[in-house]
This record gives sequence, structure tokens and C-alpha cells, in this order.
Amino acid sequence: MARTRLETGETLDGFIVGELIHRGGMAHLWGVTRPGDATPLLMKIPVLHEGEDPAAIVGFEMEQMIMPRLKGVHVPRFVANGDFARQPFIVMERLPGETLLPRLEKLPLPAEEVAALAARIADALEALHKQGVVHLDLKPSNIMFRSSGEAVLIDYGLARHRDLPDLLQEEFRLPYGTAPYMAPEQVLGVRNDRRSDIFALGCLMYFFATSVRPFGDPQGLKGLKRRLWRDPVPPRRLLPDIPPWFQEIVLRCLEVKASRRYPSAAQLAFDLRNPSQVALTDRSGKLKQDSFFTILKRKSDPLESQIDRPPGTEASATDTPIVAVAINLDDMDGQLADNLRRTAKRILEGSPDARLACLNVLKLNRIALDQTLDEDGNNKHVQRLVGLKDWAHGLGLGAGKVTFHVLEAIDPAEAILDHARQNNIDHIIMGARANSALRKILGSVSGKVAAEAPCSVTVVRDRQSAD
Amino acid sequence: MLLALISDIHANDLALQACLRHCAALGVGRIVVLGDIVGYGAEPEATVRRVSGLVEAGAIVVLGNHDQAIDTPSVQMNETARRAIAWTRPRLSETSRAFLRGLPLTCTLDNFLFVHADASAPAKWKYVTGAAEARISMAAVKARVTFCGHTHVPMLYCLTAAAKAVAHGPSVDRPVPLLEQRQWLAVIGAAGQPRDGNPAAAFATFDTVSRELTFRRAPYDVEAAAAKLRAAGLPEALALRLLQGK
Repeated sequence: MARTRLETGETLDGFIVGELIHRGGMAHLWGVTRPGDATPLLMKIPVLHEGEDPAAIVGFEMEQMIMPRLKGVHVPRFVANGDFARQPFIVMERLPGETLLPRLEKLPLPAEEVAALAARIADALEALHKQGVVHLDLKPSNIMFRSSGEAVLIDYGLARHRDLPDLLQEEFRLPYGTAPYMAPEQVLGVRNDRRSDIFALGCLMYFFATSVRPFGDPQGLKGLKRRLWRDPVPPRRLLPDIPPWFQEIVLRCLEVKASRRYPSAAQLAFDLRNPSQVALTDRSGKLKQDSFFTILKRKSDPLESQIDRPPGTEASATDTPIVAVAINLDDMDGQLADNLRRTAKRILEGSPDARLACLNVLKLNRIALDQTLDEDGNNKHVQRLVGLKDWAHGLGLGAGKVTFHVLEAIDPAEAILDHARQNNIDHIIMGARANSALRKILGSVSGKVAAEAPCSVTVVRDRQSAD
Repeated sequence: MLLALISDIHANDLALQACLRHCAALGVGRIVVLGDIVGYGAEPEATVRRVSGLVEAGAIVVLGNHDQAIDTPSVQMNETARRAIAWTRPRLSETSRAFLRGLPLTCTLDNFLFVHADASAPAKWKYVTGAAEARISMAAVKARVTFCGHTHVPMLYCLTAAAKAVAHGPSVDRPVPLLEQRQWLAVIGAAGQPRDGNPAAAFATFDTVSRELTFRRAPYDVEAAAAKLRAAGLPEALALRLLQGK
């Protein structure tokens, strides 16, 4: 029969039980090992009492179904599931270090530090969303970091997997989640919108940068619903030193309507890593909460009208791609520039939530000391930005949909590849070097990018005539 | 062992052959046919012969309402279905009719139940079209997993810890572990006449050890099957249904 209490030293399904690490309300965590295997492992045992709220059981069942299907560095590696008929458990990799919970004692943190932390968490969310999973319980105690720096999201008891039945879907009257971090649509029972996780990360950023929870820690459903009509105090009102770009990002994550938030965690991470490229709106300058009359009007409408209609089927994470176009401003004729623009347009057309990053590599000299100014005394970096903006002008993309980046590097292909890896780029568009003699000497940048990129690559070349 | 579940073949021998080719490639150890071998399609005799050949190789087969209607004209049916059955009847050999007559309403293997429609009253041919119907069907049986067909739309239901039925529209080729402590009902789509918008033949596999259920599709020459229907003089609506998968 299922137990909660194990004995140190006993063997369970081939695992040797070590010490009790954590005693939680829903589950206990034990350190375990396997004979002949030095890897430290963790065994999670659900707390199951007679007459207990079935949520604990259902959450554990969901986790048993979801965990074996997760892949990558941003999740704990799954090892084994224990049978419910004898002793339910989940054995997984034991991560070193602590969760983000102890950090709460050191708040507030500088906005830049919060942004760097949040960018890593957003990477983990993106990896999860790409696997068809919405976490739905993102909070400091569910976030850990590998020694190599990647964020790891733990606890999938409330998560939703696109390809698995959602056992929590019809189960309970109360919405499930953690009060300070729960998205408005989650409060109303929507469980399939990955942007709910982006809201939770917005709450975490707000809290870490101000030491104040944006929606407090309400205990009842009534208090939870307040976030549907009452906006949080703008962070810059609490701490005027918080930069406008940071407030812009946080308040965008905290939008009540999911469609007004970042469409993907990758796009959020992108802004967090490129503060100078954040398109500032009224959000960034807001210093007061919405007026009494705005709130009054909002409260007179039905609650459901405050949120977007829930997505019918989970949209795939690739519907909101970040597309990078690498523009070689030194060696490109008008025809190729045009051709690149047409290709970019075609690729962006099908995805209204896509965004475009325009890249140019400012090649550094291997030996000589580089001059930031050219012979006429102009700043090279600024000139490149002007060139990129000129190229993109013809695309007619609105603010926030396009960003510009001058990368300084010795090896252009490496610079483009690095940018793609760090910013979760989904698609790279670039021109082929026109002059084949030059290509022979210098090697093909597009060839290297196409071969090594972590994503799709489109190489654009003007049609060669067969003369 | 890997089981294959094939339902609602409806005299579409090309679709059945496509499913069987997939099953062979997947290493299926045993085939289960969930009824409605005939009706609607143009090749009843060939299909029944192929299925009875499978039985000799260990397959489990249960009765469907169209199979029953061959010898029991009183079975309730819509006009198109009745016309198709009337067309089918004289085209079946006595051996095939005897085979259909001999099929059981249900069959069990370990903790698994095979039935054509709702398991609470198998002879009433009630459709399991939603969580409420699924709950009634699951509550009536002891089996941990019920496999059925009849609706022509793939669906999975689970009876949760709070005795509520949860519905899940399955994704193709994505295994779902059917937790042993819960009761499940899997509605396998139709091999021979899908109605979920995808014309490819629907079937499923279930690994009895890992308890993973995978809904699958076997594309086949739908145009050829529709052409056979038209050549046989069966209602045009049936040909269109094959082509559109709905």
C-alpha cells in the first residue's frame, strides 16, 4: 500500500533510499541512489491521505505522464515512475543548488540583474512551450539553475501537455495555480494558453525588482479575480530608478488580455537581452494606476469579457517565430537587397506575431587596432544601423516588430550563429555572396551558417543567367 | 505485446490493407477488429474474408451493428446505411454471413474490453460521443480500458480520481500512457470511413506492457476506393464521404 514515509537505507524498486530532503504539502522528496550508479537522484512521493482533496493525486498523475515526455537541459531528467498499485513515486535527476526561493530575502534586485535572470527563465519556458507544455505554476520555488547557467523548471503537477489528456481540466471548482503568479485567464479556468506562463514570469520580474508582489497574495477566489480589472502599481512609481524599458517589458507581460502580452517566451527573452531595442509605449512612462472611472467601467462588464477567448487548440510555438535577416551592407547590390526584402516579407506574411531582427556584422580586423571612426570621422556603428533601417524601411513593419543589431566580430558566420543560438532565432535569411571569386577566397558565410545553424536557413541568391 | 485496434472497416478493403501494412511495420503481435466490417463500402466479401483470415492468425473480432444488420433487417439505420446493407447482403457468401453471425458482442483480454459501441448496453449500439456517455460506459464495466468504435471519430476518455470523465482529442502518433489506476475508454476512429476531416484510415496501437496507446493514420488510395463505390452504384454521398473524410 502507498506510504508517504520511507526509511533511510531501504530499497524501493531498485533504488536505495537516502535522506528526506523536503517535506511539502503535496509531496515529500527523498535523495536516492541506484547500486553501481553514482548520479544523485531524487524520489518524489505524493502525500496521499484518506479523504484528501483529489488534486494531490491528479497532479501527481499528470506529472507521472508528463515528465517522461520532456526533453532537454531545462527540465530535470526523468528516471523512473513507481506504480500506483504498490508505491507511487517519480525518480528524477537531483539538481545541485537551491531554487530561487531564498532570493526573496534579498529583494529588490537591480532591474538589469532581474532581466538577466528572467531571460534565462524565458529560455526554459520557450523550450517547454516548444514541446507542447504549459507549466501553469511558474514561481521562484519551481525554478532552479544548472551550474552551466541554464534555468530548470521543476514540478509539473499543474502543467498541461498538448498531447496528453488534461486530468485537471474538469476536475475542480477552484482554479489551480499559485495566487501571486496566476494569470487572469487561469483564474477563470483556462489551462491551454502558454502566455499564462509569460504572465507568471512578469509577476516574478515585478516582485524581484520592487520587492512588492504586483497582485499581492490573495487567499480566495474573489481576491484572485481582482487582477482581471485592477492593474498593478507601475514599478517605476515604487522605485523611480527602474528604467522605462524594464517597466515596458514587465507591464506587457502583465497585460490582462493574453494577446497583448509577448506572443512567445523567446520574444520576451529577446527584449530582455536587447534593452536598447525595446519599443517603448505608454506602458513605459505610466506612473499611476488606471483611474477610478476606468476601473468602474471594467467592473461593470462581465469578467469573461476582460480576457481573450481561450485558444481552441494550442497554437504551436512556431507560429510566433523570431526571424533574423543578415544584411551584408558592404557587398550587396540593389537587386539582392530587394530579393532579400521580398523573401523576408513572404516568410513573415503567414505569422502576424513574428518579429524580425536585422543583423549586420561589423568585421573586426584580426591584427590592427580597430578604429570606431571611419576616415571621414563618422561612427561606423551608427552608419551600419542607418543602413539596416534603410533596408527594412520598405517592409513597413510597425514598432516592436523589428529590431536592429550591429554585431562586431572577426568571423561573420560565427557572429550570426552565436546571435541565433542566444536569441532563440527560428529562421535566418541571408544573401549569398555575389562574387564567386571572392567566395572562393573568403569562403561562404551563408554556407557555414546553413550547415551549423540551430534553425532553418534561407539563402537568397539572384537568379544567375546561363551565359 | 503490441495490440492493433482497427474499427469500422465498412467493406473498404484498401483501407484495411493499408492498416495491416502499417501494423506489420510496427511489429504488432495481435489484431483486434472492433466491428462494422461491412456496410457502406464496395468490397464486403473480400473484406470479410481478410478479417476471417486474421482470426485464424489469432485476431479478436467483435460484432458491429452493420454486421448484425446483414441477418437482422430490423436493426435501426438511416436510409443510406439501409440501402448499403441491402446492396451488401446478396454479395456476401454463406461462409462470410456465417462468420458475421458468429461474432460476439464483446470480448475481453486481461483487463481490456473490446466492444463496438457503448459498453453499458452493447446490443443497443449507443454512440459514445462525449464525456457524459463515456462515463456511463466506463461505470458499467470492470475493465480498466475499454476499446470501441462506432462514432468514426477518434477520442480518448479518462475517469479521474473524482469520478469525472475527461475527454481528450488525441494527436496522431503521440503515445498516451493509460495510467493503470484509472479507467479509460478509447474510441478508435474508422479505418474504412473516417469522419474527423482526415481521409486516411484511422487505427490505433496499444502496448500492453508500457500501457501506451497511440492513435495512428494509414494513408491509402482513397480515390480508388471511391471509384469502386461509384462503379458499384452505391450512393454518391458515400464516395464523397471517403474523399473528404467527413
